[in-house]
Parts: sequence; structure tokens; C-alpha cells
Amino acid sequence: MGLILSLGVGWFVFPQVLYSEKQQPFNFSHPAHVENAGMSCEDCHFFRDDGSYAGYPTLEKCAECHAAPQTDNPDEAKFVAEYVEKGKEVPWLTYQYQPDNVFFSHIAHNAFDCTDCHPDVAKMDKTPTYYQNRLSGYSKQTMKMWQCERCHAENGVSNACFVCHK
Amino acid sequence: MEFKEFTIKWGMVVDLDKCTGCGACMVACQAENNIAPISKYENFDASNKLRTLTWLLVYKMENGKPFPEHEVAYLPRPCMQCEHPACVPVCPVVATDKNEEGGIVSQIYPRCIGCRYCMAACPYHSRYFNWWDPQFPEGMDKTLTPFTSARPRGVVEKCTFCHHRWNAAKERARKEGVDPMNLPQDWYQPACVSACPAGAITFGDFNNAEHTVGELSKSQYSRRLLAKLHLNPQVYYMSKRPWVLAMLDNYRAGDAHGAEGGQHG
Repeated sequence: MGLILSLGVGWFVFPQVLYSEKQQPFNFSHPAHVENAGMSCEDCHFFRDDGSYAGYPTLEKCAECHAAPQTDNPDEAKFVAEYVEKGKEVPWLTYQYQPDNVFFSHIAHNAFDCTDCHPDVAKMDKTPTYYQNRLSGYSKQTMKMWQCERCHAENGVSNACFVCHK
Repeated sequence: MEFKEFTIKWGMVVDLDKCTGCGACMVACQAENNIAPISKYENFDASNKLRTLTWLLVYKMENGKPFPEHEVAYLPRPCMQCEHPACVPVCPVVATDKNEEGGIVSQIYPRCIGCRYCMAACPYHSRYFNWWDPQFPEGMDKTLTPFTSARPRGVVEKCTFCHHRWNAAKERARKEGVDPMNLPQDWYQPACVSACPAGAITFGDFNNAEHTVGELSKSQYSRRLLAKLHLNPQVYYMSKRPWVLAMLDNYRAGDAHGAEGGQHG
């Protein structure tokens, strides 16, 4: 009985206690932008001229279309009221957020599909829940060092410290 | 201990006859690498040189003669990124290593346990220990950049030849379709090099014939600091003044090893 309780705590209770669940500031639907509005991925997620990756679009970019609500969607209304009108950047939660001392070059990994590492949000109408490790503060979904190292080793790429660390 | 040979070997040639000792390189380095001036526990009093962090430090050298023969030279000292670094084999946790292309000695702060063996091993005093968590006077925190990571209390840090600038240059190369292993010389320059108003520091790849450093390092006026230790720094110093060159090997009149001789096994 004690063994079963211990296993239960170790396998089911602790992993749930370890991670806190967070939601994005408001729901964002990729299909609504791609299929309904006819946008392409590169309209928002592009490489800058110096080769760095732009990541999320800026508020300015979003406000080009969303200066005022275009639909009666409550999430869009929230976005316009709380961020566009106040001129505040959206504090998106990044599922693949890496620690401060990691350098990751998107353009060096351009041969891979985005979804090899990122959740396939392009097909999701609802933004997935973000799980934050209560101890480390990092995202549960983020890529761990052993995953980076394994892929580098398998592809014959250097695993020297300064390849990924800064 | 054997160290790897690399296709790219980044290095510097500093012309000591051009250096005016203005210190712009030091300031550029501190700003570029988010180096805190000193902790508030020291009352932000950076005159305590046992506590300050100076990845690049300018030393003053004098020939010791009275006026009018008196002469002064200034020597900027970054990390030498030695070909045979003394700091790497002594690290018990492999927090510092020389294993990446380019030959820059890496330092991984979260891995460092702060034992400071590397500081004891480095004859150039290029390594610094964080006695405090970094703190910045009000307003100065706005100048911080995301390009170098923060170092907490209790770890060792050092010059990395502004390694993040190389990463940025490689990204630019990939964008523009240039071979990242064969960058034009001016694409990757550390902050100190860009900042030097006298143009005293030349930076590039010793193994790339199109870069000027290889030629400069072979000049008869080029020396490496403490060459007799055979750590083979990737930083060269140039001067046409014999007393300056003699001093680079820590020569003092009456020194048993002398300027030229002396071999420590």
C-alpha cells in the first residue's frame, strides 16, 4: 500500500505539482490569420536583413490591421483594448524559451521544419497551455541541452561549448 | 596536453606604438559585455581593483630613464586565447574549454563552480572572479544588451573576443549567402577593436590569407606576451622600440632568464 502511494506521488502527483499552468494573455488563432486573412508565415516570422530572426511580430505590425477590432471576437477586443490602445507589447509566453546563456541561430537551422522543434501552432485554433517549471522557471516544452547535443552529434555538427552558449 | 588545430584562428595584433592609452577599448568592452562597474556593497567605488572586472585592461609601461629619454607605452591586455591555455586543463568541471572552431577559449558561467584554479593558472591575469552579483547604478541598467549573458556571484569570467559578434557575423553570412567559415575581415571585430580611435588593434583570422593579421604577426616587430612560457597566445604585440619588446617577456635587467634565453620546461 505504501509502495503504491509512493509510486502514485512520484509518477502522477509530483509532475503535476512541479509545473504551473499558464495561459497566453489572450487566445491567438493562426488559422484565422492564414486561412481567413490569407497571410503567409513570413509576414510575421521573418529573418531581418542582418540574418537575425524577428520571432514574434511587434505590436506595430499587428496594429497595422488591428487598429480597431475587425470582428466581434472577444480575444481581439481584449487585444485592441489592452495592448493596441495602450501601446503595450504583448507579453507572449514562449514555449521554446531558452535560458539567458543560450545562443540559438534560427538561420543556421533553416533546413529544418519549424515544427521539428516548435509545437505546430499553425494548425491550432486555441493557444496551448504553457507549463512552467516551478523550480527552474523554464518552460516544460523547451528543448533541453541533451536534445540539442544529440541532434548536433547525429548530424556531425560540433558540440563545443561556445557553439550554443554565450 | 594536446590541443586541437582549427581551420579558423581568431587573433589580434596590437600596435603598441599606435596605442595612446586612452582607454576607449576598456570602456567599449565593459559596455558591450554587460560588465558591472562594481557592486553597491562597494559603494560603486571602482577604485578597489581587487573587486573590479576588467576583461580588457590597459597597462602602463615605462622605460625607467629620466627625461628627456623617458618613454611610456601602453599595453591593452584582453584574454590571450592561448593555443595551449594554462587555464583549461586545470578546470575541474570543464567550465572552460578550447574546443570550438576559431580557437576562442570558452567560459560557461552556469557550469563554473568558482574554484578559481584557472585564475591561478593564467599568467596574464585575464580572468576575473565575481565577488558580488552584478549591480548597475541607476540608469546604467538601460544600457544592458541581450548579447552576453549575466554572470552571477561566485563564477569566473573573462574576455571572449566578443564571441557573440562572431555569431552575429555568421548569421549575416548565411543571410547573404557568404561562407560563414570565410568571413570578410571587417564583419567580425570585437568591441575594443571597433572602438580604438588610433587603429592600434587589428583583428582577424590568422589562417585566412585575405586577413591582415597573419602578415602582421609574422613581422620582425611582433612578439607574444611571456613567450617563454610557450602558451602561444593568439594575441600579438608590435613595437619598433626594443625596450618595449624586451618588456613583453617580463624582462628585467639581471633576470636569470634574460630577454631571449630561459626555458621553463
